[in-house]
Amino acid sequence: MNLWMWLLLSCLLAYAWKLLGYLVPASLLRDPRMSRIAGTMTIGLLASLTVVNAVASGQSLVLDARLGALAAAGIALWFRAPFLVVVIAGAAAAAGLRLLGWD
Amino acid sequence: MGLDSDAAELAPVKILQSPAVRIGLSISIATGLYGVSFGALSVTSGLDFWQTMALSLLLFSGGSQFAFIGVVAGGGSGVAAMGAATLLGMRNGIYGMQINALLQPRGWRRFAAAHVTIDESTATSTGQTDPLEQKRGFWTAGLGIFVLWNLFTAVGALAGAALGDPKQWGLDGAAVAAFLGLLWPRLKGREPVAIAVVCALATVLAVPFVPPGVPILVAALVAAGIGWFSHGRSDEGLEPDVDPYAENHVHHHHDPAGDHRGDRTGDDA
Repeated sequence: MNLWMWLLLSCLLAYAWKLLGYLVPASLLRDPRMSRIAGTMTIGLLASLTVVNAVASGQSLVLDARLGALAAAGIALWFRAPFLVVVIAGAAAAAGLRLLGWD
Repeated sequence: MGLDSDAAELAPVKILQSPAVRIGLSISIATGLYGVSFGALSVTSGLDFWQTMALSLLLFSGGSQFAFIGVVAGGGSGVAAMGAATLLGMRNGIYGMQINALLQPRGWRRFAAAHVTIDESTATSTGQTDPLEQKRGFWTAGLGIFVLWNLFTAVGALAGAALGDPKQWGLDGAAVAAFLGLLWPRLKGREPVAIAVVCALATVLAVPFVPPGVPILVAALVAAGIGWFSHGRSDEGLEPDVDPYAENHVHHHHDPAGDHRGDRTGDDA
């Protein structure tokens, strides 16, 4: 139930961001700093989420099969594979490495 | 679709000749399809079917949805998940300002437009130069992705629930790949790569010292600081996951000089 509450609040806040763009005066758009922060934060958050999911396990850092998934995804992206192929490559690499005994 | 008095323009044959509608439809399919991976990862992160559907129906912003389940999967709290998802959603406010300036929706349409204001609908619209095409592109991509994204989220959630042990299928690896896939299109040039590296390092340094989920918020703070104090492109990082106009600037993709949104002219015949 607690998770539901944070989840629904997230939905509300996501819509609030979107709607805010339609309600604020257009002059704010001419302030490049806000859109710059929105952009750098997008990059920072996605980089952070990539790393956390690759090497964090609770509060410790571990090197396991997920690192293989990161490498496989990087290679797939380099060859301009579509998003879904990238995701499948990541899953296949992690599953394959575990089959080979590297956890 | 074009919701104004352009009823004559809405004849089926004519509408399919519109470049914006064509691009909007193809981007809808490409983006909608990867809703499968969101649905599957969400249920294996510990959310149930309806929580997963609530995210796709109500939050409806791919990056934020993946962020929410990514934090939950890593053992983070609900409030940390909300923080990451909300900070990642800030750019949609910028997109809202752009679309509001271009389309100027009025009445209930403004509230509907806000809900489907995401990377892809904005990119499809701003890639066109003719106002009618901008409007068609926005609504085709926005509504098309909304329908397909939710449909494929449900498919993925049902499939994911049937998989059993997620680790055996490498689904934790799939999550890593998904985040790298969301980040990748935004790394055009040296500067965004540097921002990504700094934030990744900040994350790694923070992991042992703060509760799960919080390192992501630390990275967000670092990124906001970089944005506040440095000067660079004001649309850095504001790129769609699936680029509607990829074929028009495919050659610039790894060009360190980067390519700018304004270069996208679409094929407005």
